[in-house]
Amino acid sequence: MEPAISVEHLQVIRGGRTVVADVSFTVPSGTLVGLLGPSGCGKTTLMRSLVGTQVVASGLVRLCGQLAGSQSLRSQVGYVTQAPSVYSDLTVSENLRYFASVLGVQRGAVDRVIDDVGLGQHTDTVVGRLSGGEQTRVSLATALLGSPRLLVLDEPTVGLDPLLRRDLWALFTGLAGTGTTLMVSSHVMDEAERCQRLLLMRDGRILADDSPSSLLARTGSTDFDAAFIALVEGLPA
Amino acid sequence: MTLRRTGATTRRVLRQLHHDPRTVALLLAVPSVLMGLLAWILRGRAADFNRFGPPLLGIFPLVVMFLVTSVATLRERTSGTLERLLTMPLAKAEFVMGYALAFGFTAVIQALVVSGLSFGLYGLHVSGSAWLVVVVAVVDALLGTALGLSLSALASTEFQAVQFMPAFILPQLLLCGIIVPRSQLPTALHWLSDILPMSYAVGATQQLSTSATVTSEFLVDIGVVAMFAAAALLLGAATLRRRTR
Repeated sequence: MEPAISVEHLQVIRGGRTVVADVSFTVPSGTLVGLLGPSGCGKTTLMRSLVGTQVVASGLVRLCGQLAGSQSLRSQVGYVTQAPSVYSDLTVSENLRYFASVLGVQRGAVDRVIDDVGLGQHTDTVVGRLSGGEQTRVSLATALLGSPRLLVLDEPTVGLDPLLRRDLWALFTGLAGTGTTLMVSSHVMDEAERCQRLLLMRDGRILADDSPSSLLARTGSTDFDAAFIALVEGLPA
Repeated sequence: MTLRRTGATTRRVLRQLHHDPRTVALLLAVPSVLMGLLAWILRGRAADFNRFGPPLLGIFPLVVMFLVTSVATLRERTSGTLERLLTMPLAKAEFVMGYALAFGFTAVIQALVVSGLSFGLYGLHVSGSAWLVVVVAVVDALLGTALGLSLSALASTEFQAVQFMPAFILPQLLLCGIIVPRSQLPTALHWLSDILPMSYAVGATQQLSTSATVTSEFLVDIGVVAMFAAAALLLGAATLRRRTR
């Protein structure tokens, strides 16, 4: 079976600076991958390359066997940017109904995704009046609309209440269980343990590509911050 | 291009306007009050009001829809909603047509209100059909929307976008033949005015002011404005980029 994500020697240059440098990895479908690293390390650029909105300098990115950005992928890939990209002057349900029409999915999907992100009480609230975390969830709900095979989520849990973060990670794990591939980025290292697979990134390069437990074991660390430092300083690897 | 996605985009833009009643009020009130002001300034000088009034009925929607569309499109770009839409199965033409239809519809309402007041209350008179003045106003509004959609690609901030009004619209206002008839302009400026869409927009209303029947000049003028609008819409679709740097 085709891997859900396959990246070969990806290089991205923005404004003369190499933001992603020779990155290669593959992800089998149905995996929940965490993309972790400090802000500015190239996570967002890597994700934009996956969804096909980034001009890349060289390398190949394939999703489910097709080149990133190709037309046939547009209904199969859900992408959530860091800033909530929804219409702040429309209500939650108006936003979702519009994106549902664009994707050509049933109206029932709107209620399902509102439930999934726990916004049932705010269906008719104008998005601009919601809190930052709630706006992020509207944006996330939009990405869930078409039941995509691949979800690329850029820091979807930033600034959320711990209970909600737990619920969302449970949702992500559940989606992975049904065969959806998810790439979730975070700059918070303790979100690492919730993933099945980790990509640690620094200065545009992949520092480690491993499972959480094996990463801790081989760096002799008890937490992911320590593991990250051990990898950067070239200690037991 | 599908009707479903174009129609959904049109409805979405109209719904955004629906949530912003003050903008809708301004869209209707500002040109109505300005036409009233013009009628008042030119009271007792019916010939002058009938000369300046009809071109203004076309210029208002052009300018207003240009500004509104520039800002709306820029907002789509900066908020990330455009990027999101372009990762979805939405054709660029569907996006552009969705906007054109929404603002075209808004322009119909605006033109009906402002023309209704001008002809009914302020005593404006044209030799041709007043309904054709409404048609010209709507075509002009589509031109404004189309120019706003395509030119907003050149702006990366709101500050830049609002500068496009004086940069692209004011010179056309000076050269379109309201202040000095185009035939009396210096040769170089006359040529320049020949390639500016507002010259034809104003020309069409001037034809309606002076002749009772639909002249071939009127049809040429309105046709040229429509072609400018179509070209600007195509340009607008072409300036949308799925991949950015």
